[in-house]
Amino acid sequence: MPDLLAARSQMAISLAFHIVFAMIGIAMPVLMVLAERRWIKTGDPVALDLAKRWSKGTAILFAVGAVSGTVLSFELGLLWPRFMEFAGPIIGMPFSLEGFAFFTEAIFLGIYLYGWNRIPPRAHLLAGVLVAVSGALSAVFVVIANAWMNYPTGLVMDAGRVVSFDPLAAMATPAAFPQALHMLLAAYAATGLAVAGVHALFLLRRPDQAFHRRALGLALLVGAPAAVLLPVSGDINGRFLAEYQPAKLAAAESLFETQTRAPLLIGGLPDGDEKKVRFGIEIPGGLSLLAFHDLDAEVTGLDRIPRELWPPLTVAHVSFQVMIGLGSFLALVSVWAGWTVFRRRDLARQRWLLRALVLAAPMGFIATEAGWFLTEVGRQPWIINGVMKTRDAVTPMPGLIVPLLGFTLLYVLLSIGVTWVLYRQIVRSPVGVEGTSL
Amino acid sequence: MSSSGALPIAIVVMLALNAYAVLAGADFGGGVWDLFAAGRNRDLQRRLIADAMSPVWEANHVWIILVVVLLFTCFPPVFARFAIVLHVPVTLMLIGIVLRGSAFIFRSYESRGDEVQRRWGRLFAVASLITPLLLGTIVGAVASGKVTAPVEGAGFVANYVAPWATPFAFAVGGFALCLFGFLAAVYLTLEAKEPDLREDFRRRALVSGVAVLASAGIALLFSLRKSGAPLMGHGLTEARHALPVQVSVAVAAITAMVALWFRRFVLARVAAVAQVSLILWGWALSQYPYLIPPDLTIQATVAPWVTIRLVLVALGAGAVVLVPSLWYLFRVFKSR
Repeated sequence: MPDLLAARSQMAISLAFHIVFAMIGIAMPVLMVLAERRWIKTGDPVALDLAKRWSKGTAILFAVGAVSGTVLSFELGLLWPRFMEFAGPIIGMPFSLEGFAFFTEAIFLGIYLYGWNRIPPRAHLLAGVLVAVSGALSAVFVVIANAWMNYPTGLVMDAGRVVSFDPLAAMATPAAFPQALHMLLAAYAATGLAVAGVHALFLLRRPDQAFHRRALGLALLVGAPAAVLLPVSGDINGRFLAEYQPAKLAAAESLFETQTRAPLLIGGLPDGDEKKVRFGIEIPGGLSLLAFHDLDAEVTGLDRIPRELWPPLTVAHVSFQVMIGLGSFLALVSVWAGWTVFRRRDLARQRWLLRALVLAAPMGFIATEAGWFLTEVGRQPWIINGVMKTRDAVTPMPGLIVPLLGFTLLYVLLSIGVTWVLYRQIVRSPVGVEGTSL
Repeated sequence: MSSSGALPIAIVVMLALNAYAVLAGADFGGGVWDLFAAGRNRDLQRRLIADAMSPVWEANHVWIILVVVLLFTCFPPVFARFAIVLHVPVTLMLIGIVLRGSAFIFRSYESRGDEVQRRWGRLFAVASLITPLLLGTIVGAVASGKVTAPVEGAGFVANYVAPWATPFAFAVGGFALCLFGFLAAVYLTLEAKEPDLREDFRRRALVSGVAVLASAGIALLFSLRKSGAPLMGHGLTEARHALPVQVSVAVAAITAMVALWFRRFVLARVAAVAQVSLILWGWALSQYPYLIPPDLTIQATVAPWVTIRLVLVALGAGAVVLVPSLWYLFRVFKSR
């Protein structure tokens, strides 16, 4: 395996592993805080039990997220030293701010997890709120750094060389808002619906357990609105790509020819040599409509982009389809759940809805992975779009297959470990008849 | 490149590394004492270590991320050189960090007391032992002045192994391990409520204090060899600041040991923290003005002022949030 491919694979595996825990770290604190707030307001012991159990899960998953995030901060240099040497002073600012946000997140999570009997309930709740806020802020800052790689701003270039730069203008990249919004919503949707799915599984067996009924309601309160909003933020991203990163959109949609009334492609496999798509269904004008909100708008195709600058077509297209397909399913299930609540029906007794929620549980994470594959693979061959190629950023050290295999093994074992611990501690630990014992 | 602001940022990097050493270092040391838990109170020792670490270890860990972020933002060539040449030991250290943290949290939430929980505990303890060795080796490699730019055609070993696989770097690794174990034992004398348990850790602190002295001597000997760390050896023995640094480290070390002997545990903690901090600053002074000797200086590698100015503002604003938060964290869990 060539070193460049090994380095890209190691980065992909590290990011794919970390993002799951990062998302949970963003959204789970919101769930614990909602449960604790209900306990403070109503004195409901079920809500307190729920807050404590959710915070146990958060503790385990946050720790894995923290250490895998540490790996990434070093890997930026271990794998891409030329990129960091160039970009560090430009996008170090969001990373520094992220550092502080992560600091407050870790501090107040420690206070939250171990301070139940040490500080007053209101201070404890506030600590949880600070964890949730700083988790969201860290995500926003990190995504800003990535957004700059997709659409670098704040650079004054002359003949391919950077003459000067402005870190604040770099942070103000137009890619930042669409990406950060989409990522935050994805974190709440994926985590909220995954938690809802777990509790739905228990309710399918016994719909009368107060513990799981309360949990399902709160998890849907966080997950469902976010899942319904995701198509909106997705639309903002689509329009951003059409205007600023046409190569990525053209690859995602396998659009070989620039055209007006461009079709939306559903399914299909692109063939770059033949410049055509096999087995796909085309909806006339669909892409123009989505990209510019105008059926007759012109969408840039791959013909306007030199062949050597094409992103890998199949990965980009398949990732895009997976993300949209799963995201649509999550939005529909969420609307269904919302409708059920609006009709004042008992969620816990809607067996088909519960089944759909169980099915949806992993989907938000899979869709997010696919979305990041599109974001990252769709930017290739650039590491900084239009400025630096990925192959020019990689470390000169040979033999990168070895760390790739090492980290792959580490993350596989860690995934097994996390699943095992969560299964033993959260799922199988006994809940009493009323669902309140612990 | 403008050079203003370079020194303040370099000092902040050292302060963050110092905080990492005295806080997270002690967490690694705690893991080592978990591995060496022995005697009648074996389970109580492990419980005490876990209780002391649990609320704070993740916050303590963030200091190293701050170091990394400041390095790549403010001294980009230094971070690039570090990451390229020290790829192997840094990768191994990261694996250690991942295993230590994950195994610790897995064990904490396995409340069954069975074989599975014991295995997580063993993994946590072993990773706690190996990670400081690697961290020390990395610091030793930097201090040795052998972390130079790779030469094309020189071969993998010459470029990516020889810079850190030296007796001196390994000696610094051993020194770091002893220091962290010493810190942890000193802190744990204050954490322990039962006199019995406190005595356990007092003995451990005294023993590891002697080990610190011995390993420091070994590292110093290797540094003086031509193949060791000439710049640092010179800085520690002959330079103008050498004597004051040596004397103050010695005073702190002796104070810590005497305080331990007479069971003045608060004083021992202050002295142990001072000792570790002075050692770090002594190292920094001995290789000043280089961040990575023999060629990368603070002034020559610093990012443009437009970046440094913003980072200084961010550090100021961040400190306003961070300092009260950390104060509250330690007040809630560490006040007596």
